[in-house]
Amino acid sequence: MIVFDRASKRYPNGREGLSNASLRVEEGEMVFLTGRSGAGKSTVLKLIALLERPTRGTVVVGGKNTASLAPRHIPAFRRRIGIVFQDHKLLTERPVFDNVALPLVVAGTPLKEIDKRVRAALDQVGLLGKERALPLELSVGEQQRVGIARAVVSKPPLLIADEPTGNLDPDLAVEVMRLFKRFQEVGVTIVVATHDVHLVRELGLREIVLDHGHVQGADIDPLAGMIATR
Amino acid sequence: MSLGLTSYGARHVQAFLASLGRLARSPFSTFLTLIVIALALVLPLGLELFVTNARLATGGFANAIDLSVYFKTDVPLAKAEQLAKSARARAGIAQIDVISADAALAEFRAYSGFGAALGVLNANPLPHVLHVHPASDAESAASLEALRSYFAAWPEVDVVQIDAQWVTRFNAILEVLRRLLVIAAAILGAGVVAVIGNTIRLEILNRRGEIEVTKIVGGSNGFVRRPFLYAGILYGLGGALLAWGIAASAIGMLAAPVATLARTYGSRYTLVGPTAQDLVLLIAGGVILGWLGAWLSATRHLRSIEPRA
Repeated sequence: MIVFDRASKRYPNGREGLSNASLRVEEGEMVFLTGRSGAGKSTVLKLIALLERPTRGTVVVGGKNTASLAPRHIPAFRRRIGIVFQDHKLLTERPVFDNVALPLVVAGTPLKEIDKRVRAALDQVGLLGKERALPLELSVGEQQRVGIARAVVSKPPLLIADEPTGNLDPDLAVEVMRLFKRFQEVGVTIVVATHDVHLVRELGLREIVLDHGHVQGADIDPLAGMIATR
Repeated sequence: MSLGLTSYGARHVQAFLASLGRLARSPFSTFLTLIVIALALVLPLGLELFVTNARLATGGFANAIDLSVYFKTDVPLAKAEQLAKSARARAGIAQIDVISADAALAEFRAYSGFGAALGVLNANPLPHVLHVHPASDAESAASLEALRSYFAAWPEVDVVQIDAQWVTRFNAILEVLRRLLVIAAAILGAGVVAVIGNTIRLEILNRRGEIEVTKIVGGSNGFVRRPFLYAGILYGLGGALLAWGIAASAIGMLAAPVATLARTYGSRYTLVGPTAQDLVLLIAGGVILGWLGAWLSATRHLRSIEPRA
């Protein structure tokens, strides 16, 4: 589903977000990106969602090389990825329903279908009945779940989450992770960036450790590793 | 297919209603913008109405470029009528009226108020006159001049008079105003594009966060731009309607005094307001300019807003 081949990202301010990183996430897998803040977790997610492009190397997502994707094809590309942000990125002046419906609206889904799917997504995150609430009327945990509902409402094959539990207390964090796990069980590929290593160990799922923009440990794709050591 | 079209239409309706709602939610600033647009549109419209009314008010005589052919006093009426008959055969003449000296005197006696004084005269001092009405295709200065020299060449004719110079001048003034109207419309139209473009730019900056999120979830530039285009169209439409209202009420306020003024000239002329055609032109102009301003602004500024997570 996702292949990074010696991908590097240098930001305009000179900071190296990611250096020569090679990694691979299989379809239907749930993977954690861990490491301290600034280690490159967010950069990996941005490169996956085409919010940034690699300065060197290649990033292939869902069989598409992100470097060669024309700008006009980016919207359709992003519709196949659900993104959950630490700060939710909800539209605060719009009710929950509108927020969750947004990915369907931009995709031109018929209104009836939107109604059905938004309710289903809200049901999955346990927020059915909160459609008319404004995001700021909800608790932080509920806001995060609205963000998750928005990410999954269009049933994307890939879900990425950047510190989705960063602002949540441990109980809520576990609940959110269980939610992700349920999506994985129905075939969604999931990449979660988090610094909460205890939670990751508890779930016993694969972990890609980043440090100063480098991929650590044995997760390096053997082929890429061979080329890198040559 | 029909489902696709329906949802496409529904999305447009949705974007339209969203834009309308957004404008309605900030009525004061929307109204200020509409006023600026309306003022820019009402000026060319006002000029257009002025030219139309001036043409109509003077239409009765502006088209009546007549030649008066005065015979020498010793020319008998039979001769005058014979000459009129031969002139009627000539091209470029719509009508010739022969006014005999007696008829002219009778008319003069009736209308001038000198009736009693005229009784003192033993003989009629007036000549026979031909009123020549040129054909409508012969009203140019050159053909009028040709007509004049044609009549002047007759030995029986004393004087040929054309009272057309002021008409020519007046028509020239109207032509200048008409050109001014085109120039004003072009300049003010550019102004409307700029005003709407700037309004849309501010709106885009205000909604930056929303635009970013929309792009993150896969909204295309076209999708993000659509409500702004509708906003531009609504601004143009609202401005045009307001301009029409301003022009119509100005005409309404002027109608009575203008009619009074016209009556003092013995005219039954009344002011003509904006027509349905003016309204259609105004709305089309407003909508196109609004769309253009919004499109230029949105295309330029939306490109610079890319999501940065």
